[in-house]
Amino acid sequence: MAILGKKGKKDSNYLSAKESRRISRENRKITDAIEKQRNRKHIPREEYVTKMRDPNNIVEFDNLHTYFFTDIGTVKSVDGVSFDIPKGKTVGVVGESGCGKSVTSLSLMQLVQRPQGQVVEGEIRLNMGEEAYNIPKVPIREMQKIRGNKVSMIFQEPMTSLNPVFRIGAQVDEIIALHNKEMSKEEVKARTIEMLEMVGIANSEGVYNMYPHELSGGMRQRIMIAMGLACSPQLIIADEPTTALDVTIQAQILDLLRNLKDQINSSIMLITHDLGVIAEMADYVVVMYAGRVIEKGTVHEIFKDPRHPYTIGLMNSKPVVGRKVDRLYSIPGNVPNPVDMPDYCYFRDRCDQCTAKCDGAYPAEIRISPTHSVSCYLYEGEV
Amino acid sequence: MRDNKLLKFIVKRLLLSVVILFFVAMIIYGIMRCMPTSFVEEMARQRATRPGSNLSYQDWLDRLNAVYHLDGNPVTGFFGWLSQAIRGNFGDSWAYNIPVTEKFGQVIGYSFALGAVSFILQLVIAIPLGILAAKKQYSKTDYAISVFALLGISLPTFFLATLLKWVFSIKLGWFDLFGMVDRMHQSMTPIEQFFDIVKHFVLPTVTLTLVSVGSMMRYTRTNMLEVLNSDFIRTARAKGLSEKRVINYHAFRNTLIPIVTIVGGSLPGLFSGAQITETLFQIEGIGYTSYQAMIKGDIPFSMFYMLFIAILTLLGTLLADIMYAVVDPRVRVN
Repeated sequence: MAILGKKGKKDSNYLSAKESRRISRENRKITDAIEKQRNRKHIPREEYVTKMRDPNNIVEFDNLHTYFFTDIGTVKSVDGVSFDIPKGKTVGVVGESGCGKSVTSLSLMQLVQRPQGQVVEGEIRLNMGEEAYNIPKVPIREMQKIRGNKVSMIFQEPMTSLNPVFRIGAQVDEIIALHNKEMSKEEVKARTIEMLEMVGIANSEGVYNMYPHELSGGMRQRIMIAMGLACSPQLIIADEPTTALDVTIQAQILDLLRNLKDQINSSIMLITHDLGVIAEMADYVVVMYAGRVIEKGTVHEIFKDPRHPYTIGLMNSKPVVGRKVDRLYSIPGNVPNPVDMPDYCYFRDRCDQCTAKCDGAYPAEIRISPTHSVSCYLYEGEV
Repeated sequence: MRDNKLLKFIVKRLLLSVVILFFVAMIIYGIMRCMPTSFVEEMARQRATRPGSNLSYQDWLDRLNAVYHLDGNPVTGFFGWLSQAIRGNFGDSWAYNIPVTEKFGQVIGYSFALGAVSFILQLVIAIPLGILAAKKQYSKTDYAISVFALLGISLPTFFLATLLKWVFSIKLGWFDLFGMVDRMHQSMTPIEQFFDIVKHFVLPTVTLTLVSVGSMMRYTRTNMLEVLNSDFIRTARAKGLSEKRVINYHAFRNTLIPIVTIVGGSLPGLFSGAQITETLFQIEGIGYTSYQAMIKGDIPFSMFYMLFIAILTLLGTLLADIMYAVVDPRVRVN
């Protein structure tokens, strides 16, 4: 993980060996305690069964904190993220690299690199029909029934996300057979072929017997999508599904995702930093910055009426057809170092509308409309 | 189509090997002729000082040189040897006085037994431990395994062998210090004789295994770690597979690629003998025998042994390449 990269000596964050040892010892204590809690043989159901706040949501992130306990300090990758994913809708999550988009989605799958990465606070409620599961507390055995079945994930690197030594057919078969134990081998194969055709692979019988290296990136991403959709999940997490692909394939893949979503009536959590993709696909948008949600709303609200200076900057930094500018706008500065961040608006140092208030604590969430909210002092008292 | 390509590749490599072998043989022959020990000089000295000898040392030397074809220069000597060798005639061993191939046939079995058993033990110990260490990276188990592996890598054969002898032969008295058979070997029943030999092979096998197990373990661990950090392992977990299946199926098949390659490459090495270990324990395998031949200046036997090793090495690399194509589908098409 890029966040865990080693620091050079010249870095301003230079730590002495003694200091580093102290940090790792303390980290070990914290992570060991969490791991011990998680590795208990029998975890009572009451611990992870909860209720949805709104039964129309498929997932509710509620004040989620996912930290990485590294030897250079605690990285608060996700620091109090709250948003909902309604049933049958697409929620786009945007933000710069390293702002915690992927970690949020990995937390939902319990795929955060353990033991360093841990959900330390907050809930992720997954709608299981009658009841809801609080994902961070769900034991691994239960989680394995959810992964790929209720919630599936499409990763951003189609080139390396398929196992190179197994045939495509075997890899898709595996996920179908795993979650549908009653199906016979022939049924599983028939379903795989059906899935391959569904994602637009013409020569599905042929591809069934191919190895991943015999396919192009776009084809492999289709396979990933076929695998993601094979068990008709209620939620598909698409983590930058088109980043590694060229533009023509991008459009095809997005079309495909949208059509399939309607066919099996599931929700999509679409992670991207491509605003064009968001405008095209999403119903709701969540803008993240340095591990926090700074603004969220419907796609209309965010694109027509962005409030947070960061969102405004994002909107200005995308090229628009027909508008002539000398230089494309870019937000000055960089994302702050995520280690041990103090309590103030993290965008303060890059913001061109910074006021005296901004030196204070992190701004609270301000509701602009029932669906639109923003965390910025500029709008305090406006509502 | 694919088989055709593979066949072409093998034929090409084999032809190339012949060229390499020719030069290897030439160099070895050159070195053998430059060696400070000379079998013939030693023999001439003995004959000349024997009571009743009426020829001088120089006379004996000239005569013997003629008999052993050492009177010409090394170049003619080499081609003389080569012209016989390509017909499969490697001559008689000077030190053992029997045809080289016959002596080879007598001793190779012991070396193979020693090599094969320690090789299997090495695999059985190294691969599971390496995987375990990778699975629990930075845990106490991992550190313990790594220390054990490093001990195996760093201890020289002669030191480890001496240590084992000191503990198990001298202090505990469980095994003989060296040799292949007990003093009472001749009076035993065939089954007892077999177990007698097995007992004498225990310490050499342990030595060889301990020395080689470390690097294999480190290799497995490194590869497993690399595979465990790859994207497709995350995909496998995201599918909902159990951790057991992720590691033993998805990760292991990928770890197998480099392992099978080096294992395939070291298969011919089973026949090469372990010169140091065999000598220390006086196991009459090919390593020990060739060592004895070499210090006596036995050119035909040394030539045969060295060439044999060269062939095994070439075969090893070829086998490694073929194995690669067998286990890794990505290599097959190219």
